[in-house]
Order: sequence, then C-alpha cells, then structure tokens
Amino acid sequence: MTAIDAGRERDITAHPPGLDARRFKDRSFIIWGVLATVIGLGTLLTLVLELMHDAHLWPFAPWGQSVLSPRFFLSFPSSDPAEAGILSAWVGSILVIVTTAVISIPIGILAGVYLEEYAPKNPVTSAIEIAVNNLAGVPSILFGLMALGIFVQVLGNAGRYPDFLPEGFRNASADLFGQSILTAGITLGLLILPVIIVATREAVRGVPQEIRHAALAVGATKWQTTQHHVLPYALPGVVTGVIIGISRALGETAPLIMIGGLTFVAFLPITRPGDATFETIGVLDEYGAPLNSAATERVRIESDGIVVLPDFTERPVQAGQVLDLPHGTTIQTTASWGDAIASWSPSNWLGQEFTVMPIQMFNWTSRPQAEFLELAAAAGIVLLAITLLMNGAAIYLRYRLRKSIKW
Amino acid sequence: MERDFTKSRLRVGERIMEGLLFVAAALAVAIVLGIVYVVVSESAKFFAHVSVFEFLTSTTWTPLFDNPQYGIAPLLSGTFMATLVALAVAVPLGLLVAIYLSEFAGARTREMIKPTLELLAAVPTVVYGYFALLFVTPLLQQWLRPLGIELPSFNLLSAGMVMGLMIIPYIASLSEDAMRAVPRSMREGSFAMGATRLETAFRVVVPAAISGVVGAVILGMSRAIGETMIVVVAGGQMPQMVTSPTQQGATVTAFMAQVALGDLPYGTLEYNSIFAAGLALLVLTLGFNFIAFWLQRRFREAY
Repeated sequence: MTAIDAGRERDITAHPPGLDARRFKDRSFIIWGVLATVIGLGTLLTLVLELMHDAHLWPFAPWGQSVLSPRFFLSFPSSDPAEAGILSAWVGSILVIVTTAVISIPIGILAGVYLEEYAPKNPVTSAIEIAVNNLAGVPSILFGLMALGIFVQVLGNAGRYPDFLPEGFRNASADLFGQSILTAGITLGLLILPVIIVATREAVRGVPQEIRHAALAVGATKWQTTQHHVLPYALPGVVTGVIIGISRALGETAPLIMIGGLTFVAFLPITRPGDATFETIGVLDEYGAPLNSAATERVRIESDGIVVLPDFTERPVQAGQVLDLPHGTTIQTTASWGDAIASWSPSNWLGQEFTVMPIQMFNWTSRPQAEFLELAAAAGIVLLAITLLMNGAAIYLRYRLRKSIKW
Repeated sequence: MERDFTKSRLRVGERIMEGLLFVAAALAVAIVLGIVYVVVSESAKFFAHVSVFEFLTSTTWTPLFDNPQYGIAPLLSGTFMATLVALAVAVPLGLLVAIYLSEFAGARTREMIKPTLELLAAVPTVVYGYFALLFVTPLLQQWLRPLGIELPSFNLLSAGMVMGLMIIPYIASLSEDAMRAVPRSMREGSFAMGATRLETAFRVVVPAAISGVVGAVILGMSRAIGETMIVVVAGGQMPQMVTSPTQQGATVTAFMAQVALGDLPYGTLEYNSIFAAGLALLVLTLGFNFIAFWLQRRFREAY
C-alpha cells in the first residue's frame, strides 16, 4: 500500500482510482433525471398542442375560424358537425357538479373533522379509516356499478321499493332517481368523498394544539372550538382538497356511462328565456289523452302564445287573459325570464336525464368522421382548460398556505 | 342570581353535532359495503347460470353472442397487457424522476416540478383516450412500419403507454416521499465513505426506501387496472386472448363500459355479467391495494 502524500495535489484527486469516471456517472444522472421529467411535462405540452392543432386553434388560427367559437358553446349536439355544440353538455356538467358539491363538501368535511378531532381509538374508527383508504383506491367505474345497482335499478323503479312506503312517495322518489342528474351527482359525490376527507384531515391536523386549548380554556365546548377556531384555520387546506375533488368529478366519464348518461341530448334540463314551453291542462293517461275529457279548468295565461284545444283548433291568447279550458288543452307560450328562473329550482332538474362534457367528448371521439374529431378536440380543450385551471388554483393556494402560515 | 354552569342545552347540541359527524364518517363504511353488496349480489345471480369454473377457465368471452361464452381470461389478458405496458413506461420514468427530485434537485426545483408533474394525473382520462387514439397510435404506426409491424388503429400498446404517462405522478410522488423519509444520517454515512450521490441513491437510499417504492408501483398498477376511458377509446373492444401489445383487446373495464353504453335490460344475464366483471376488478384492485398497504406497513424500517 502506497502512502498518500497530502502535499502532492495529484495524489489526492487521483485517489481512489476511477473517481473521475464515477463523478462523470454521477453528473450524467442529472441528465437522465431531467430527461424523465421533461418527458412527463412534454407529454402535457404535446397533449395541449395536439388538441389545439386538431381544433384549428394552432398555429395562428384567427378567432372565429376555429371550431371553438361562441356558437360551439351555444348549440346542441347535432348529426351535422357544422351545427353541433356543447350547450347541453356544459349545462349538464354544471348541474351535476352543483349536486356533487352540495353532497360531498359537507359530508367530506364533517367526516374529516370527526376522524381527526372526535374519533375515539376503537375498532369502529379503524374500520372507518380502512374504508376511507380503500375507497380512494376503488376504480371509478365500480362507483358507477354501485350506482347502477342501487340508484338506477332499485331507487329509480317505484315497483322495487318496499311495500310499506306510501305510493306517492315511491313515485316521487323514483322520478328523482333513475338515470338522472341526482344519481350522477350522488355517484360523483361519493367518488370524491375520500379526496375531501383526506384533505380536511390534513388541514385540521395542521392546526396547532394551543389554539384548541385556548378556546377550551375560556369555556368553549368541543364543537364550538372546532367550528369557530379549528375550521377557520383549516379552511384553505380544505378548499384546496375541494377544488381538486371537484375538478376530478368534472373529468370523470366511466361512472356516468355506467349509470346511463346519454351521449346525445338535444334539450336542456332548465328553461331559457325565449324557449317555447308547453303546458297541458289536466291529468293525462299514458297515451296523452285526458282522463276526464269533460272537465274544464280556469287558467290565467301568463304570457302571449297559442292555445291548442283537444280538437286541435288553435287560438292566440294574450297575457293576463283568464279562460275556462277543457282538460287536454295545450298552452304554448314562450318562456319569460320569470319562467326561466323558476326552472332553476332543483326539484325541476334533479330528476332529468343528462349528458356531461366528458361523455359528449367521448361520443365525438368514437365517430369516424374527421369533423366530429375536431369537435372532440374542441371539447377536450374546454375540459383540459377547466381542470388545469382548477388544479393550478389548488397548487397556488397550497403554495401560499405554506408561505403565509408560520405557527 | 343562579346561573346554569352545566349548560345542559349546549350539551344536547354537542351530542347532536357529534352524532352528525359520526354519521358522515360512517358513510365511508356504508359506501364500501354498498359497492361490495351490489357487486356480489348481482354476481351471485350471474353465477347461478354460469359456473365459477367456466368463468375462470374458459378462454372465450362472448356474452352478447347467440351462444354466449363467459370466460374472464380474455378480459384479464387485455387488462394485464395494458397494465404491463403502462408499468414499462411509468416505472423507469417515475423512479428516475423520484431519485432526481429526492437526491439531486434543489428544494426550489422540487417545489416547482412536483406539483406541475401532478397535473398529469389531473387530466380527464377521456382526453388521454383521444390523445392515445389520434396522436400516439399514428405516431407508433409510423415508427413501427419500417420494422415490419403493422399496428392496428385500436391497440393496447398506445393505450398502455398513455396510461403509463398518466400514472407517472403517482409512482414518482409516492416513491419520492419514501426516499425523502430515509434519514439524512444514512446518506452522510455513505458520503463519508466516499460514495457519490448516484452510488448513495442506488445503494443506500433506494434499498432503504424499497417498501415504499414497491408500494408506490403497486398503487400505480392498481390505478392502471381500474382505468377505463383510455382503453375504451384507444384499446379496441374485442375480447380476445392477448399475447402481444400490438393487438387490440378489451379490458375488464372496457367490457363494462361497452355493455353499459348499449341499453341493457335489467335482470338479464348480460346485465349481470358486467357485475361479474366488476367483481373480478374489485378483487384485483383491492388485493393490490392491500398488498401495497401491507408492504408499506410491514417493511417500513424504523430509523
């Protein structure tokens, strides 16, 4: 063994043998690491550019020539690609997401708070924790399968309810379930529940113990402490989780296909001002004929339109008229702003059939004609823009949170 | 004046609130039970007509034919082929990213790259399906033609590759967490012996974090098994025994979506068959999740 002479520089750098090669390997690994990262991020960029290219947004297409025009957002789907748009899809997506949010946000937050603040250490609690962890790993299509089995086939069918329930309730409930917006909203709500629960737990866990102690010390009860002191501090973290969950629900396709989301919807679950509305007077049988054709009803006409009598004679009517009309008469009017706003009531749209943006995009993607693929690309850009924006907002919020709060 | 310090009125409110919180949390258990109940009870109706033996051993899956055959094997072969391709893409890339971020990159770079990479998992899968069908497949067709391989326009190769890109963030992020949990003293010991960062990464950090890394890979795998839209759009919907990724084939999820897209009459054998497929999917994903969870628990080194 030769001694190393610290005075001679070459001896140290040359020791141990092969150091240069090892250092070269070490440095060159950075290239591999960066390359792998670039492949990942490059995919995202390629995806965006490919969609923009297919929708004629890139390179340098002037606004208006592209598929992604205002008309695209204001038209129903159609068999003519030049006429087709995503109106029913985005309205459906909004209604489904509102339902999802109303269901999943309160339940998710309450469950997260329970597990973090209240839950005793016992088998029930560990069962709940195991369930939450497993739910996060269940494929989304299985949520759709459960919804198909329970909400569509059983709850959507008045005949399959237990007999002791009153018939009126059975029918009303079956109208709401089935292949409806309510079913879709519940399904997606259950799907994103673990996301919100986990985010809430992390946010609540991050609130320091001193804050709870201070509140309890001045006589606040446990729930008062949680409600007024823990939750406000945990809010930004909770909101981050909610945004990520909702953005996931917006992009989900598979569970909604399972419950029978429609791929072609040319109507809206709500009414727009100016839409034609039809209202038939009296109780009708299944063929649309009045049960009691002799009966009449006194009706006040709300806005100008046409009345079609049971013998198919038409007569124009004006707003404010009060008429005695036989059962089976149809009043055709155009919806006013008041009618439109009244149609936003959940009881009006919860039970209706629906489509959503990912299903619409899927439908166009599975058609062979190039024009429909352009529409699919345009729908994809809208979807991608929404999800990337929402996730970007969540990332920014998390970043701000980490910077601003120093306990 | 007598004041009521026991606050019995408040206590009732407290009780109600606590009950409400418990019900919300217990809902998670109810959902799991609901999924298991629906899938198992509807599958039971299926297995009343089709023997479990046929289901597990037959190699033909043609439930919509006149003479239906119910062997789950073709669907499983499609699922595993797509998952294998996905893992072939995601494991090397995900681990490279994880090692780079945990051992080489500075804190600022890591803070920037990690969330950006997680956007890959946020892209709606139907958009990925479009990308696989209309970008990756034509590209692969062009590349493979000189090699004498004709890639059909529906194939599991491009579907699997895009699925792999989708699960990179799961694998990278979870393995990076596991690697960063390895204590600094172990790295310093390695550096003190003269090892480079790369040698430390591969001989000290990765072996120490191996249970977390394997857990991350299995979770990514279970994500790929349950993925639906990419394979429905780009993988084809013909159930067949798949032996090569360049073939088209239906996965378990693709079959379920395909049947649901048609109007299926309640109570028929076809209707029940999607629940049997769902049962297979549930067993697979829960099984893998359990293994990942167990690995992370069992082999977590206590430092």
